[in-house]
Amino acid sequence: MENKAIRIVDLHKSFGAQKVLDGINLEIERGKITVIIGKSGGGKSVLLKHLIGLIKPDSGEIWINDVDITRLKEKELNEVRMRFGMLFQEAALFDSMDVFDNVAFPLREHTRKSEQEIERIVEEKLNQVGLLHFEEKRPAELSGGMKKRVGLARALILDPEMILFDEPTSALDPIISLTILDLIKETQTYLKKTYVVISHDILGMFRIADKVALLSNGTIAEYGTPHEVRQSRKEVTMEFLNATKIPGFSGGEP
Amino acid sequence: MTMIGGLLSPVERFVREFGRITLMFTESVYWGVRRPFKLDYIFKQMEFIGVNSTIVVIITGMFTGMVLALQSYYGFRKFGAEGLVGATVALSMTRELGPVLTSLMVTGRAGSAMAAQLGTMRVTEQIDALTVMALSPIKYLVTPRIIAGFLMLPVLTVVSDFIGVVGGYVVGVKLLGINEGAFIDKMIKYVELNDIYNGLVKSAVFGIILSTVACYKGFYARGGAEGVGKATTEAVVVSSVTILMSDYILTSLMF
Repeated sequence: MENKAIRIVDLHKSFGAQKVLDGINLEIERGKITVIIGKSGGGKSVLLKHLIGLIKPDSGEIWINDVDITRLKEKELNEVRMRFGMLFQEAALFDSMDVFDNVAFPLREHTRKSEQEIERIVEEKLNQVGLLHFEEKRPAELSGGMKKRVGLARALILDPEMILFDEPTSALDPIISLTILDLIKETQTYLKKTYVVISHDILGMFRIADKVALLSNGTIAEYGTPHEVRQSRKEVTMEFLNATKIPGFSGGEP
Repeated sequence: MTMIGGLLSPVERFVREFGRITLMFTESVYWGVRRPFKLDYIFKQMEFIGVNSTIVVIITGMFTGMVLALQSYYGFRKFGAEGLVGATVALSMTRELGPVLTSLMVTGRAGSAMAAQLGTMRVTEQIDALTVMALSPIKYLVTPRIIAGFLMLPVLTVVSDFIGVVGGYVVGVKLLGINEGAFIDKMIKYVELNDIYNGLVKSAVFGIILSTVACYKGFYARGGAEGVGKATTEAVVVSSVTILMSDYILTSLMF
């Protein structure tokens, strides 16, 4: 099997006069964690939503397993989507359902499994994300970090090949952020799926990334292992990394 | 050029909006006739739009019937035709006020809530989450609401018609002392089954209008809490106005 899970070729997208993506080229490796970092409002979310067909590009191609998804109709696109899981920024749990029903939802809608089996799988996933015994809580009763755990369990429930993460640590305190990052790393090490994470949290992302891509001015300005990116002498990269140096803090030096 | 442009843009906006609402309606019909039928979702919305609106509709219908009796009594007394009060109340309720007032009340109660629910789901990415799960948000969120609106509005209108006539009876016969026999006789003589059917057909159309407009406004809400608020207001205003306009058109067609 080819070791590229997703190939993005010359992707362009504008909203009105504003060019958000201006020729993105990126190859995302199978079975690795690829982190796309960049400034807030720099088009990271837009790029991520292109990967799953929530936004159509103005031009360019996105190849997922030898299929260019930008040319697909909604029905064919849905077949591709079945191979994805996604963790949204605010988790996007259905607030009309409790935790159990949220996680079970994709199973109930897409499989013919018995309730007993569904219960077993949901428990297993909730256990994986460390949230057993919260099945009957409503999303409104959960903290931000717990919502993300439930969101991750729901994203994992159909055993997708690829999982997309939209700012997994945003709006979380530093300690909860770390536990979520560890959870992402842990589940990936265990499941060996392709993870694509977008974030502006550089320090956190360097902990989990196998590959880092820096999105700047609508293009991928830098792409490599965390070590390579740290060593980069490109101006945009250095500027971005320097912004994380906090004098006097151990985490400050990248 | 700019003057023409200035004139065109509201027209263009209206046409575009109308087109998009129609598209959404067509899409939800498409999903409505495809398996699996989401019966549990439909029943839940029927409860929300129908059952939960009953009290409001009863109160509205009751007082409308009562005030109709009072007003028409005042008019008919001038030429000694008090006996026609019952027929007037029943005709007004079944042909016009039952369907229209019920639809307007349901728009205020359930239409606003539908727009707010879908709007919140939009801005918190719950609608995107459905899409990402390879499920059609229209099928899960919009179709059940439109079906429920279509089915429940006629039911609520029957309730409103009946309660309105009862209200008219109480005020006319018990309070104002109209002869009971005349009140009921004239009502039976002048009200035809067709009058009731016409009202029910109208209310079914209003049910489709209010649920489609509310879903459309919520589904395409943008911009956080403010956007949801705006969507809710627009849902109520646009569906109420559309109901009143289409009421004239439907009435003239079925006259």
